Amino acid sequence: MKYFGLIWRNVWRKKIRTSLTILSVLVAFLLFALLNAVGQAMSSGGAMTGAARLVVIDKVSLINFLPISYQNKIAQVPGVAVVSHQSWFGGFYQDPKNQFPQFPVVPEEYLDLYPEFVLPDEQLQAWKKNRTGAIIGRDLAELHGLKVGDRIPIQSTIFTKKDGGRTWEFDIEGIFDTTDPKGGTALLLFRHDYFAETNTFGDGFVGWYTLRLAEGADPVEVANAIDEQFANSPNETETSTEAAFAASFAKQFGNIALIVTMILGAVFFTLLLVAGNTMSQSVRERIAELAVLKTLGFKDGTVLGIVLTESILIMAIGGLFGLGFGWLAAEAIGSAMAMFVPGGIVVSTDIVLLAIAMMIGAGVIAGIFPALKAMRLSIVDALARG
Amino acid sequence: MHIVNQVLAVTWLNILNLPRRVATSSVAIVGVAAVVLVFAAVLSMAKGFERTMTLAGAEDTAIVIRSGSTSELASGLSNDQVLIVTTAPGVLRDGDRAVVSAELFVLVDIRKKSNDSEANVPFRGVGNGAFEVRDATRLIAGRMFEPGRNELIVGRAAQSEFKGLELGATIRFGRSEWDVVGVFEAGGGVAESEIWTDVKVLQGAYRRGNSFQTVRVRLADKDSISGLETALKTDPRIDVDVFTERQFYSSQAEGTSTFIRVLGYPITFLMAIGAVFGALNSMYSSVSTRGKEIATLRALGFGPMSVLISTMIESTLLALVGGLIGGAIAYLVFNGFTVSTLSNASFSQVVFDFAVTADLLMQGIFTALIIGLIGGFLPAVRAARLPVAQALREL
Repeated sequence: MKYFGLIWRNVWRKKIRTSLTILSVLVAFLLFALLNAVGQAMSSGGAMTGAARLVVIDKVSLINFLPISYQNKIAQVPGVAVVSHQSWFGGFYQDPKNQFPQFPVVPEEYLDLYPEFVLPDEQLQAWKKNRTGAIIGRDLAELHGLKVGDRIPIQSTIFTKKDGGRTWEFDIEGIFDTTDPKGGTALLLFRHDYFAETNTFGDGFVGWYTLRLAEGADPVEVANAIDEQFANSPNETETSTEAAFAASFAKQFGNIALIVTMILGAVFFTLLLVAGNTMSQSVRERIAELAVLKTLGFKDGTVLGIVLTESILIMAIGGLFGLGFGWLAAEAIGSAMAMFVPGGIVVSTDIVLLAIAMMIGAGVIAGIFPALKAMRLSIVDALARG
Repeated sequence: MHIVNQVLAVTWLNILNLPRRVATSSVAIVGVAAVVLVFAAVLSMAKGFERTMTLAGAEDTAIVIRSGSTSELASGLSNDQVLIVTTAPGVLRDGDRAVVSAELFVLVDIRKKSNDSEANVPFRGVGNGAFEVRDATRLIAGRMFEPGRNELIVGRAAQSEFKGLELGATIRFGRSEWDVVGVFEAGGGVAESEIWTDVKVLQGAYRRGNSFQTVRVRLADKDSISGLETALKTDPRIDVDVFTERQFYSSQAEGTSTFIRVLGYPITFLMAIGAVFGALNSMYSSVSTRGKEIATLRALGFGPMSVLISTMIESTLLALVGGLIGGAIAYLVFNGFTVSTLSNASFSQVVFDFAVTADLLMQGIFTALIIGLIGGFLPAVRAARLPVAQALREL
């Protein structure tokens, strides 16, 4: 540390060059943070990241319905604590571009299943009294400026009402928050009993079941028990954890991770070249100076350390600013795309730690050859050349 | 002419001594190449996706869908409604028979070959007019399915992307088993991602009674769409939307390709900024290593403008080389690269090829030139302003 002053002065020896290098490092880490955050948001499936919940869908395809009679049968499987159902309503608010999930649910069962959703009790009671009542998440309320007491028309692209209309009106009885920092709340929940009696398909079906495991139950055993029970019935099931379900869904978008990795690869390759070039230029210019340091008694290791630290320092300055801007950009994009990525786009601790490791790694790779060259300088030759 | 000669002379000199500055110059070139590569690669996804979706779209084929449905999956039509569409004006007739195909569209989970994960593959029940209402669609292997049997034909892209669809294979969806008896192509369009069977068989297998989701209609001619639309919109027995196939598929393509663009342009912009810094760096060091040379030229009577312009030409040339390299790599590696993704609009898989098109490459090279000009400007100004006497004294 006692050489920090010397290193700092060396870093700024050529102000323009160092600034340009730092700026390109900044851009690289900005992209690194942003792309990783987007990649994680897409593959985690946002709100659906509960650990102890299983999802039961039709084996042939997610779009097929399951009979409502399955609820009691699933509830009797050992290891199942709570089970309830949801269906994909496929609606939009005002404009087809305003799509967000809406689910017909059984109010108390649903909130029991998702304890991270917090709804004031008086709002729950009001919802239970009103068949056409609905509750919405805080994110959705803020996105469209909705409040309790509003009447919200949702046009379904799938379900027609028995009176022939496709616009379903709901009274907003409550707004819920989430205790899960990664979870989003851009969704609307309304009552399944109202849905079942009003839509033209009838009331014997639901989209899928979600269940919470009892304490200590083995998810694999429970999933197998459920699927075996419905094997060879007209609606065979496929049970998986909520996380696996969300991940398999995200994989359908194609290999996002691969594309992100390719882009990052191109960025880092460029970055290393720029920084490595700066470092070797800088060492080349200072050969005489480094020889003087060695003449004064600086050890080989110390000279190596000084040059390496300089390289790491440049990476760290640019990288940390890049992470900061990346975080700001992720926040901005996350709120602009709240509909697509309900969990928001978060630069997680993992990404920050990985980025710091990459700054150090890139600093070492860019600086190691110039540093070795500096270390191996023969004093006599170098002074003669200088 | 004087200044042109000077510029050419100085530029030529710069190019001749480029090898002396090979390290910094290649950094600038690689930086620009990376920008163009990423730009072309990302946007070629959007291009390829759009191309696949719009190739399917003919002007003289109409899709009739329940009104308000944004996708085939959400639509529903009864047999009576299908009959109304079939007998409506504007529909092409072959003798007594209307050239239409009433279809049912469901999804089945099949594993992808690439990552072994289950994907929503579109499974379409088609009527006997299926090949007539679609252009460029024909069997390329095997035979047509026999009506009434659990047989299916698979699109060329679906067969290459998903497991278990080889000719002669038997595939199981839930409790039903299906024989793959044929392979079809559709001119590279979206139908190639689908698997088809007899609509009556699919209705039975999925317990859909006698209901359909869409009717595809071959129009008598391009202008008869409005007649068909008016007839159906004013018929009280039916509540449908009518689109030409082209309208329908381009609106379906919009969501996904916008998403890719929203991702692609900002990334390119940020990388371009990074590349400008790289170019600036290399041009500054080029100017500083050539300090004496520039001063000598000035002392010999070369004007500051010719020094400035030639420096900018040098950086633009470097960027151009980088742009060409990046574009060439993008074309060689990504053009024709096949992937499949979940289309937002239809909730099903669409198989498509990356398309590195000529206009993408032009845009990429244009970006490279801009980077070169910006990266060269400030160093060029410095070169032009170099105090001659002082620089010469450093000799």
